[in-house]
Amino acid sequence: MEYSFVSLLREALRGHTGWRPAWRDAAPKPAYDAVIVGGGGHGLATAYYLAKEHGLTHIAVLEKSFIGSGNAGRNTTIIRSNYLLPGNERFYEKSMQLWEGLEQDLNYNAMVSQRGVLNLYHSDSQRDQYARRGNGMRLHGVDAELLDQAGVRKLYPWLDFANARFPIKGGLLQRRGGTARHDAVVWGYARAADRLGVDIIQNCEVTGIRIEGGAVQGVETTRGYIATNKAGLAVAGNTSRVAALAGLRLPIESHVLQAFVSEGIKPMVDGVITYGAGHFYISQSDKGGLVFGGDIDGYNSYAQRGSMPVVEDVLESGMALMPRLGRLRVLRQWGGIMDMSMDGSPIIDRTPVDGLYLNAGWCYGGFKATPASGWCFAHTIARDAPHFINSELRLDRFATGALLDERGAGATPNLH
Amino acid sequence: MRIPCPHCGERGNDEFFYLGAAGLTRPAADAQPEAWHDYVYLRDNPAGKHSELWQHAHGCRRWLVVTRDTRTHAVFSAVDATP
Repeated sequence: MEYSFVSLLREALRGHTGWRPAWRDAAPKPAYDAVIVGGGGHGLATAYYLAKEHGLTHIAVLEKSFIGSGNAGRNTTIIRSNYLLPGNERFYEKSMQLWEGLEQDLNYNAMVSQRGVLNLYHSDSQRDQYARRGNGMRLHGVDAELLDQAGVRKLYPWLDFANARFPIKGGLLQRRGGTARHDAVVWGYARAADRLGVDIIQNCEVTGIRIEGGAVQGVETTRGYIATNKAGLAVAGNTSRVAALAGLRLPIESHVLQAFVSEGIKPMVDGVITYGAGHFYISQSDKGGLVFGGDIDGYNSYAQRGSMPVVEDVLESGMALMPRLGRLRVLRQWGGIMDMSMDGSPIIDRTPVDGLYLNAGWCYGGFKATPASGWCFAHTIARDAPHFINSELRLDRFATGALLDERGAGATPNLH
Repeated sequence: MRIPCPHCGERGNDEFFYLGAAGLTRPAADAQPEAWHDYVYLRDNPAGKHSELWQHAHGCRRWLVVTRDTRTHAVFSAVDATP
């Protein structure tokens, strides 16, 4: 059923009895043209674009739990394309452009809200660095505005501008950035993929990858063997574990990242603000809760829960930026497992195994990448070659030295 | 998470600095690039038992090899790292 004002009106008049499940609960078939492992945003988007752009419709998405139950359901929902390096910027800008047309494309309300992303700077050197990044963005045709202190004051007069240690001197603003409703992105892609014939198979964990003669033959799952010659992995924090089933060892560590939401309050933060002196980012959800986060905990973890020192650190950063947070209560806190790559940038590429494709290394920027990740991964799988847009997100860059290290932190996943 | 430092006793993990997986062997200076790629970038990243290097930065400053379960954060042992 097409969602529209007409369908809403029709259902309103007949007591909402006509709504149907947005996607089928498919059972696995013995064979598919392509199998996507991981039913998060990236996996579902990949299946959707494989069907829509490349005409592959005999495909399955395998999810070990329910779709969107991993990081797609536990992020801080920020979308932006404010990167410095060309290999990253063209990719994230592709994502931003797909976000801008996503709801019409999927016929689903993903609540994409371009409310602006503001990165604050607190020193002259940081201003220069942000100016450089802003110029890099503009060279790619992306919007970026460098604001002075008065410009930031106009947007958020209540920030702690006169902070003794880290005064706010200005910020880099991307007005096209903002937020999207994370669960709706998952559901929208699931419904759109399902309508194109994709089988979404939940409670189906991949337990083995069958390889003969260096090529993928199929995957073993908890719901039986599925034959396929193309398997794409989009499993975020579990990337190392699943890739190990194919004998691969990757430049990835899994780390836990926490996020927080406060009690609901009246509208206060109408954009996305990031603190430049610590690591802190905040926006306000449509329910009124302030959604915020900070650094990863910093040690290998698959536990989906964090530790108190980082909770304290994040809240301290928040208080330094906006002292008025102190009167608010934190309602919930949760953790997700990040696939931290060795240079802080993602990987969308083929692997040394024929027919096995890798989508990983999202660190803590995976959500905003969802549309372009699916779009590029679909291209890479369908054509057996990367698109220009993901041509620098290579797996072999760690061997060749063509790294994409935005932060210049080196091979230290916990510092990216 | 608390780490039992063999010198200072059990302390909160915020007293420690984390480096990463223990047991990686640095290749010889003239080793092939593949060996360096392996050493610098590739990790087992297991879900389960993991040996890793922590420095008791706000304590005795000793480097420790801590063996821990990455699924539960339970610490099995912490011993001095040997060069």
